[in-house]
Amino acid sequence: MDLAFMAETFVKLLEGVPLTLKLAFSSVALGAVFAMLLALMRMSGVGPLDWCARAYVFVFRGTPLLVQVFLIYYGLGQFRPTLQELGVWWFFREPYWCALTALTLNTAAYASEIIRGGLQAVPHGQVEAARACGMSRATLFRRIVFPIAVRQALPGYGNEVVLMVKATSLASIITMMEVTGIAHKLISQTFRAVEIFICAGAIYLILNFLVTRAIMALEWWLSPHLRGAPEPRARLEPAHV
Amino acid sequence: MRLFKAFGLALLSGALATGAAAQGKKWETVKIATEGAYAPWNFSTPQGKLDGFEVELANELCRRMNVKCEVVAQDWDGIIPALQAGKYDAIMAGMNVTPKREEVIQFSRVYAAGPHGWGAMKDSPLTKLEGTGQILHLEKDADAAKRTIEAWKPVLKGKTIGVQGSTTNSAFLEKYFKGVVEIREYKTTEQHDLDLAAGRIDGIYAAHSSIAATMDKPEFKNMQIVGAGMGGDILGAGVAVGMRKADTELKKMFDEAINAAIKDGTIENLTSKWFKIKMIPQA
Repeated sequence: MDLAFMAETFVKLLEGVPLTLKLAFSSVALGAVFAMLLALMRMSGVGPLDWCARAYVFVFRGTPLLVQVFLIYYGLGQFRPTLQELGVWWFFREPYWCALTALTLNTAAYASEIIRGGLQAVPHGQVEAARACGMSRATLFRRIVFPIAVRQALPGYGNEVVLMVKATSLASIITMMEVTGIAHKLISQTFRAVEIFICAGAIYLILNFLVTRAIMALEWWLSPHLRGAPEPRARLEPAHV
Repeated sequence: MRLFKAFGLALLSGALATGAAAQGKKWETVKIATEGAYAPWNFSTPQGKLDGFEVELANELCRRMNVKCEVVAQDWDGIIPALQAGKYDAIMAGMNVTPKREEVIQFSRVYAAGPHGWGAMKDSPLTKLEGTGQILHLEKDADAAKRTIEAWKPVLKGKTIGVQGSTTNSAFLEKYFKGVVEIREYKTTEQHDLDLAAGRIDGIYAAHSSIAATMDKPEFKNMQIVGAGMGGDILGAGVAVGMRKADTELKKMFDEAINAAIKDGTIENLTSKWFKIKMIPQA
């Protein structure tokens, strides 16, 4: 194993990190909004809304992300005249927007189920207690249901974020030069697949280490009830006798 | 514990046995990798079978070498690392002989050679590229080639060009057009053809043989070869069989078989069957 070569490779691969992060965080952020909507549709009790959301989740969770990326990029590329008429071709022309669309739609499907699980796991007693206090539905959602649901969904959602960081590597198949894309290019120049993929793997490992720490911190912050009461602070001033 | 030991012993003896076999290896079966997405050199039929010039040639060469042939498909960008890892014994995938590749693997003698060039749609500004119909050799016609490349630059400035990654074509773009054009690397030539037709890219850089094969399909009838074709130097000395450096015996067998196939006209017959353009057959 050639350490000097690996160090050099590592630096070259780092150039792909901004694009990897941009894809991961934009898709997770947009996907979360979309997922929230889907989860609310599922729980709305309105038949058509519920079924639309169910069908969406079924399709996007049941097909491979790789296939979705191919369909959105190469598939829609075949309908250029139609898309131009609709005035959206500028969007689907760019590989970046296609990759982002595929990642967002995919994560929305998974995340909506995670959020729905979180929302449904809010203890009934707490909701009842809030109602008894006379909270309106909106206040109840904002103050009680949503924070508790987020706290409960967080471990599952953390998984999803980690998966999305790794899923960005699929963008390399539609010409995006993120970490994996650059790795492929370096391999073609040097034919040293082992060293280069080890470096690429290490980069994803570091990124995901940071992501999991951030999620753990968020979980800690959202769970004050699980921590012991803070030690009463000793007062330094002399007692007033 | 004993189970582990027995398992370990079995593994070890297995490894020793295969090691011994590799020592005085008599070639009975040769596993040959091809890409299967590079028509007409090699491609997969709608039924999923591998076909094309090289698949037919591989079977022909194996017949002459008196070995059993097994042709397998392998993604292009991993084709050399997997050869080195011993997943197969030879590569026949439109691979050009270049000094860079010769550092890691060895090649048989060349069995086909053709120029490389630009492909664009009929209404594209790239049709103004100089030298359409001309063939230049980067070493033998060095001056003319250099002049042509310089003349191309203003036409190509700021254009997006698709190319298959890990190829002599992408190396050519990197060397002469980095910073002039935006280079977009694809996994296969089929993918950049689709993107050219969709208008995501302004042109492609590929082997003339591959562009000509694509132009033949009805949905690509507006595509054409533009500018001079080039070969030699960074674009490679021609297409040959790639093998691990240690397999000298296999190289000898392939060389003899290819020489014989050139001599009796088999390769010429095959090239005129599969290619729309002339693939300079060498004596």
